[in-house]
Amino acid sequence: MAALNNLTEHLEAFVDVTRSPTHHAESLKAIATSLEKGVLSINQLVVEMDMYLTTTDDVVRARGILLLAEMLDYLKSKPLDNAVVHSLIGFFTAKLAEWRSVRGALSGCLALIKRKGVAGLVTAVDAEAVAKSMAQSIQVQSLALYDRKLCFELLECLLEQYPEAMINLGDLMVYATCEAIDGEKDPPCLMVAFHVVELLGRLFPSPSGPVASEASDLFEFISCYFPLHYTHTKGDEASIPREDLSRGLSLAISSTPFFEPYAIPLLLEKLSSSLPVAKVDSLKCLKDCAVNYGVSRMKKHYKDLWPALKDALYASTKTDLSFGLESLTSPGFEMGEIHRAAVNLLQRLVKQDISFLGLVVEDIRVNMVFDTISRYLRYEEMLDTSKLEVLVVSQILSVSARSSVESCNIIFQTFFFRLMNTLGIVEKTSTGDLVHNENSTVSTRLYHGGLHLCIELLTTSKDLIPSSEECTSTPESAQQSWCSIVSRFSASLIEAFTSAVQSSNDDCSADAYLGVKGLLAMGMFRGGSSPVSRSEFEKILTTLTSIIAANSAKTVKWELALKALVCMGSFIDRYSESEKAMSYMAIVVENLVSLVRSSHCSLPSPMILEATSEVCSTRPTYVEKMVEGFEEAFCSSFSDFCVNGNFKSIENCSQLLECVTNKLLPRLTEIDGLEKSLVHFAISMWNQIESSVVFSYDFNGREFVEAATKTMGEIVGVASVDSQNSIIQKAYNVISSSTLLAMESIPLTFAALEGLQRDLSTRDELILSLFASVIIGASPKASIPDVKSLVHLFLVSFLKGYIPAAQALGSMVNKLGTGLEEACDTIFHESSASGSSIPSDDSSKTIGGSEALLSKICLGFYGSLDLQTHAITGLAWIGKGLLMRGDKRVNEIALVLVECLKSTNSSGNALHPSAMKHAADAFLTLMSDSEVCLNRKFHAVIRPLYKQRFFSITVPILESLIVNSQTPLSRTMLHVALAHVVSNVPVTVILDNTKKLLSVILEGLSVLSVDSVHKETLFSLLLVLSGTLTDIKGQQSVSDNAHRIIECLVKLTSYPHLMVVRETAIQCLATLLELPHGRIYPFRREVLQAVTKALDDPKRRVREEAIKCRQAWTSISSRSTPF
Amino acid sequence: MNSRLVNENPIVYPKKQGRVRTDQSNTDEDIKDPEHSELTLEDLRVITKESVEVDDAKSYVRVTLTPTLPHCHVPHLIGLCIYSKLLKSLPTRFKVDVRVAPGSHATEAAVNKQLGDKERIAAALESPYFVDLFN
Repeated sequence: MAALNNLTEHLEAFVDVTRSPTHHAESLKAIATSLEKGVLSINQLVVEMDMYLTTTDDVVRARGILLLAEMLDYLKSKPLDNAVVHSLIGFFTAKLAEWRSVRGALSGCLALIKRKGVAGLVTAVDAEAVAKSMAQSIQVQSLALYDRKLCFELLECLLEQYPEAMINLGDLMVYATCEAIDGEKDPPCLMVAFHVVELLGRLFPSPSGPVASEASDLFEFISCYFPLHYTHTKGDEASIPREDLSRGLSLAISSTPFFEPYAIPLLLEKLSSSLPVAKVDSLKCLKDCAVNYGVSRMKKHYKDLWPALKDALYASTKTDLSFGLESLTSPGFEMGEIHRAAVNLLQRLVKQDISFLGLVVEDIRVNMVFDTISRYLRYEEMLDTSKLEVLVVSQILSVSARSSVESCNIIFQTFFFRLMNTLGIVEKTSTGDLVHNENSTVSTRLYHGGLHLCIELLTTSKDLIPSSEECTSTPESAQQSWCSIVSRFSASLIEAFTSAVQSSNDDCSADAYLGVKGLLAMGMFRGGSSPVSRSEFEKILTTLTSIIAANSAKTVKWELALKALVCMGSFIDRYSESEKAMSYMAIVVENLVSLVRSSHCSLPSPMILEATSEVCSTRPTYVEKMVEGFEEAFCSSFSDFCVNGNFKSIENCSQLLECVTNKLLPRLTEIDGLEKSLVHFAISMWNQIESSVVFSYDFNGREFVEAATKTMGEIVGVASVDSQNSIIQKAYNVISSSTLLAMESIPLTFAALEGLQRDLSTRDELILSLFASVIIGASPKASIPDVKSLVHLFLVSFLKGYIPAAQALGSMVNKLGTGLEEACDTIFHESSASGSSIPSDDSSKTIGGSEALLSKICLGFYGSLDLQTHAITGLAWIGKGLLMRGDKRVNEIALVLVECLKSTNSSGNALHPSAMKHAADAFLTLMSDSEVCLNRKFHAVIRPLYKQRFFSITVPILESLIVNSQTPLSRTMLHVALAHVVSNVPVTVILDNTKKLLSVILEGLSVLSVDSVHKETLFSLLLVLSGTLTDIKGQQSVSDNAHRIIECLVKLTSYPHLMVVRETAIQCLATLLELPHGRIYPFRREVLQAVTKALDDPKRRVREEAIKCRQAWTSISSRSTPF
Repeated sequence: MNSRLVNENPIVYPKKQGRVRTDQSNTDEDIKDPEHSELTLEDLRVITKESVEVDDAKSYVRVTLTPTLPHCHVPHLIGLCIYSKLLKSLPTRFKVDVRVAPGSHATEAAVNKQLGDKERIAAALESPYFVDLFN
């Protein structure tokens, strides 16, 4: 009972039009839920609503009916009793005649008609009654937008769900539709209306049916929308895009063949319009019509259709043919939308009816093209009209040929002989000799236009091969006729293209382009039935390869040939043509790889490397071959250098390694099996180095060492753990057999280290750097043998100044698992035991015995300045490794480094300035992201927020030291260190601490601006400041310190050493205007003076910023400008 | 100012492309025509790059403007706009001269006299009406 009480309430709420729409929706929802749950049945609802449905108050009745309709919409998938549905549809049908409640009636009918697959469907008889009532009593165009849409949807639904019933109604439906559409203007309604017409066309296919008899009227109503044009682009119409609506219209127009007598003339007329949209729409619609109307009906219009289509093609083609690299695999000219639509239509027409091709073949303009071709030798010489002629005709012929095998045969039979004749290309007899006609003295004439046409034909015909292979049932002769024509000419064609390429010179790329494109087209025929024989295919490959091998400079021809080869390689791979792959391997790959191997070829090695890597990456087997070739080339050049001292070979080696790094490694994921070959390559590098025991010649081969370490590191970086292990093992063997391991025996004592001044031999240096790069690239899972002695080795070598050793040590402490303790012991503590045993001077006695030797060296207790700076740098890298994994020991290192920066450290004397500088820069090493090591690529262990942690440890210490520092030098260095820390930490951290940091940043800026050495640091610190100025978090403290900030920035506007500093300072001044007016107004004069000076800056960018800034600052004063 | 425009339908010229950046900044390009506020002086060819002479060594700038019509009634205003813009954009060492091109305006001499008069210029730049126009 309670449910019923509520019901009345909800009913009242919905019927009351004065309430808000949300209120209405709520009550609807409430009733719907109770219906759905079964608390309330639809019968009960109707009984309860009796009063609302029959009242004489029009408004209340309309609302009541609408409510019932909405309810039925909610219950679309709930089974209902057939009798209930019958009586309801009867009710709604009757109400259709009543215009006041038409919306409810329409929605009710629609909701019931839409019911699908559940119990309680509307019967066909009832549906018929709905349609009748609707046709008779509703004036669609007099209704509101939403109601009109409902009408069209109802029609659509009726036609879709009750086709039989609607066929019975016959004429009535067509009339109703005509009447409903007449004058409709809203896209959402039209979209449905067009679909209704389409359905009608499908429903009445009989020539004596209502659509056939009413075709002219019906077409008139829809044709007035063509071509669609939106007058209001904004607003609710935008909900239906123009493309969708135009597609709907096109489907409606093409829905029934009975429209044909009216539609085609209209479309042809619109095609001749100058409006691009009209052209595109007509072409698309014509294509739909061609599909649906059938050949016999379209045939009548061929005579008008062909010229119109031809004109559209002529009008939409541009004459600039590109001879560039990028158009080798594309048509070479721009395709507009009109052009594309026209091409589609032509292809459709030819495919559908071969007799259309007759018009094309007999067309006088098409036939004229051969005269045009033979008139000009070069494309550039042609008049624009001739260019257009050639381009359009080649397009027409190739599109027609592409449509079907049959059309291809006709085109080739009609035109190919003539074309060959024009070009002077002769045919091959059955014996294989070339037939010479009487004027054989005339050699091949390479008309560009003709070549273009020929290439277009060949390119399109190649797409037809697979289809002919698929359907073997078709007779061979019909299939192969074009193929046999091509194969009769293939030898001469290849010759002609070859001669075109060879005759080309550098300033004219057209010859080379056409030649290479032709060869490419000839080489891309698929399968066994290809018109190009294997020997001919090999000839193409040989020609292209020889172009690559012969050119000593990077010309257009060279690039074109390379691209063609790459295209052919990937084509062979895609269609897995095993026979051609063998030829390709034998001719292209082998040749190029042998060029790489031989050190004495005319081609510069970067070019040959590029060519090889491009060509070979088309197929995994080639890659293997290539890496093998690279390996051999590397080994032979390297040993050539070692034995004969040939500097050119070492240069080759570096280029080869660079090629591996830049070309091959980035494509690792694309090429299967590359990793394996590269690991093999790395191991053979080690083998080669191992076997060349003596370098008879010293070389200043920084370049080579760099290339080698880079390649080695990257290979190790990408290799799997197992491969890493094998490389590490190999490298360790080389190390242990070399003289390097002797360094392990050097005790870590002051005296011993002092004696270390002698340099390493070149070979040892190479091995050390390579080994360091292996360690840097290794992942944490890889196992490193003999950690202790390796740590020792790296320790000694970085003290001698080899930075890679320090980086490797950093990587080791970053990644080591169980061996970490041992390694750290070696670095920090064990050394101290030996360190304390040596006799030392008085000052060092004050230091506790547990202090590490390393830190003592850093603080300058022993040894030369060099040793000290090396130790500081090394310590920074070790610290970085520890910091990134979040190890506590980094704190000790930070303390040592800070100690180095103090004006008077614990030993009482100041450090050398250079050592201090190194210590300050160590903070940059610690905080910044490195490209060389300890990054994600090289599998570094990275704890989140490690920078923040270091920031919070060091900044307070540095701040307090800055306050207490006595000498200006130490003060500057402390500021440099702080700037490094501050500028490398994420900006949010700075923003959280703006209040604390701002004054020290400002002080830093003024301290650093003194010396030009610190300009980069100054700039990064300035960027930090500029970041705080705009943020809401920092605004309060910025506002409090405005005077100091402005003073500092004003000084920086005339900073002489770096332009970006001045520029940024001026930009910062401009942003300061966002502060409260009262805060900044007092500094107006000061700022304007500074900025006015900046107007005369030597750099344009600074001046421009100055103008903007000055304009902004002058405008904060109410009026007068201060001149 | 008249409610009716003197030149209702001015010819709009395309901006010259690829101007060679000289060392002297050319900042006139976004001064708007007082009559057609959506067009710049460069669009209307009131000023072209050629009509601006700069002598950096002698700190001297001379701008010659060509009004769109001989009876245009705003050349003194345009001149003032250019003057004010240049004063804001150039270092103080520069002396700026703004002139109407010979033969391009009916009251050429009068306008030139007005633009050459330092005191009148200074007064105009102080006047609130003009200040609003410039900014």
